[in-house]
Amino acid sequence: MLLEINPLVLPDIGLVFWNTIAFLILLIVLGKFAWKPILKSISERETGIADAIASAEKVKAEMAGLVNENEAMMAKAREERSLMIKEAKEASDKMIAAAKDKAKSEYDRIVAEAQQAIVQQKNAALTDVKNQVGSLVIEVATKVLGRELSNKADQENYIQQLAEAVKLN
Amino acid sequence: MGMASKSIKSLLVVTFSFFILLFSNHIHASEHPQPEQANTEGHAKGDFNVTETILEHIKDDHSWHLGGHLSLPLPVILYTEKGLEVFSSAHLVDEHHAPAVYAGNFNYKLVEGKIKILGEDGSINTLASAKLWDISITKNVAALFLTVFILLLVFLKVAVAYKNTGVKNAPKGLQSFMEPIILFVRDEIAKTNIGHKYERYMPFLLTIFFLILINNFLGLVPFFPGGANVSGNIAFTMTLAVCVFVVVNLSANKNYWQHIFWMPGMHWSMKLFLAPIELIGVFTKPISLMIRLFANITAGHILVLSLICLIFIFKTVVASAIAVPFAVFIGLIELLVAFLQAYIFTMLSAMYIGMAIEEHHHETAHH
Repeated sequence: MLLEINPLVLPDIGLVFWNTIAFLILLIVLGKFAWKPILKSISERETGIADAIASAEKVKAEMAGLVNENEAMMAKAREERSLMIKEAKEASDKMIAAAKDKAKSEYDRIVAEAQQAIVQQKNAALTDVKNQVGSLVIEVATKVLGRELSNKADQENYIQQLAEAVKLN
Repeated sequence: MGMASKSIKSLLVVTFSFFILLFSNHIHASEHPQPEQANTEGHAKGDFNVTETILEHIKDDHSWHLGGHLSLPLPVILYTEKGLEVFSSAHLVDEHHAPAVYAGNFNYKLVEGKIKILGEDGSINTLASAKLWDISITKNVAALFLTVFILLLVFLKVAVAYKNTGVKNAPKGLQSFMEPIILFVRDEIAKTNIGHKYERYMPFLLTIFFLILINNFLGLVPFFPGGANVSGNIAFTMTLAVCVFVVVNLSANKNYWQHIFWMPGMHWSMKLFLAPIELIGVFTKPISLMIRLFANITAGHILVLSLICLIFIFKTVVASAIAVPFAVFIGLIELLVAFLQAYIFTMLSAMYIGMAIEEHHHETAHH
């Protein structure tokens, strides 16, 4: 041979042959029954962990939102409560004031009516008195006139008598 | 930023590999004069030959040396003009562990570790030997099968564990040990180099990564069933490199080929000039993968063995005071290299795939 090749760098066909077979067996068997399920499990776990972290973050954000919402609701409720109290107070004040006004006006009205009635009754009574006085005067006059014609003494006596009978009440 | 760190990474890889290559060359250079010395001296005294010892450990073998005079015979499978033939490698050695002639369809004999056909007169029949297909279960093939067995056992178990623990539970035991490595391959190798289409190539990259890694680690175990230098064997790295070549070129898109044969945005003369260079690049990529892994692992083994051999060269136990700590130190570095080379091979494969399927927007980029 022209060039002496070191046996170390001269590949043996036998090892090449068996190595090809061994490598293909490994590639096929491990590829199907080991690498594929292993890598699948690992990536599934990784996505699972990533999902769990993401959902935890989401829940955390939601919780924070809920707390904020609660606080906002509480504040709103407090505001509403104070508003309601204020309104109620105003309403009650208004009612009291209105009742007072009404009572006063009623009182005024009643007093006025009473006065009016008094005045009316007084007038009626006066009228009545006047009428009675008139009729009495006429009556008396009639009687006086009738008696005078018969007896003077009696007449005077009678007038006296009549006068006593007249009681002005 | 990503591009910059990537290029720095690859620069580091290249530098490191080059350094290791140089280192191994240096060792070869320093080893080579020694054997002649050792040969002359060794033959005279009838003892130790460093180069032979080291190469014996690095090279593939038809039987698996367990220790002392104990060897595990392995099946020899030969395909010749007269058909398929299977026999035990024990027939190829005599009781003194010297090569013996086995009479099958032909007369077979081990010559420098390779099975050759002998002629009538007992000399090598090169013509017939050239037509001999040796697909024996050698030491490396047996170790490779062991790796396949380990990988199947481990990862099918892990897959079952994923099925049992379900998606909601944390991984346990072996499963939790493997998951970070799988995630490393997915996130650091596939996703960064290939992009959003990485999922298709994950089985290929994971298989390559773990096959190289386990073989690298098993190669560092000094005793049976480790010690076979599978990932430091050029046939092994060549097969993987060819697989990468096939995957890269089968998944390559129009843009990739356009950039190779007719670089857009260039003058036509430049296009003509670049085309052959780019075409060579298509082949140098897998070849570099092949050589890098082979050279790194082989160099590491040679280094450790050389250090241990110092004890035998100096023929004194005192030498072990230096040789053993150094061998342990290099062994630790080799552990790192075992992982690193598996990573680099897979990372570069992913990068080549990424380059092949990248969608270019050259209209704006090149003008």
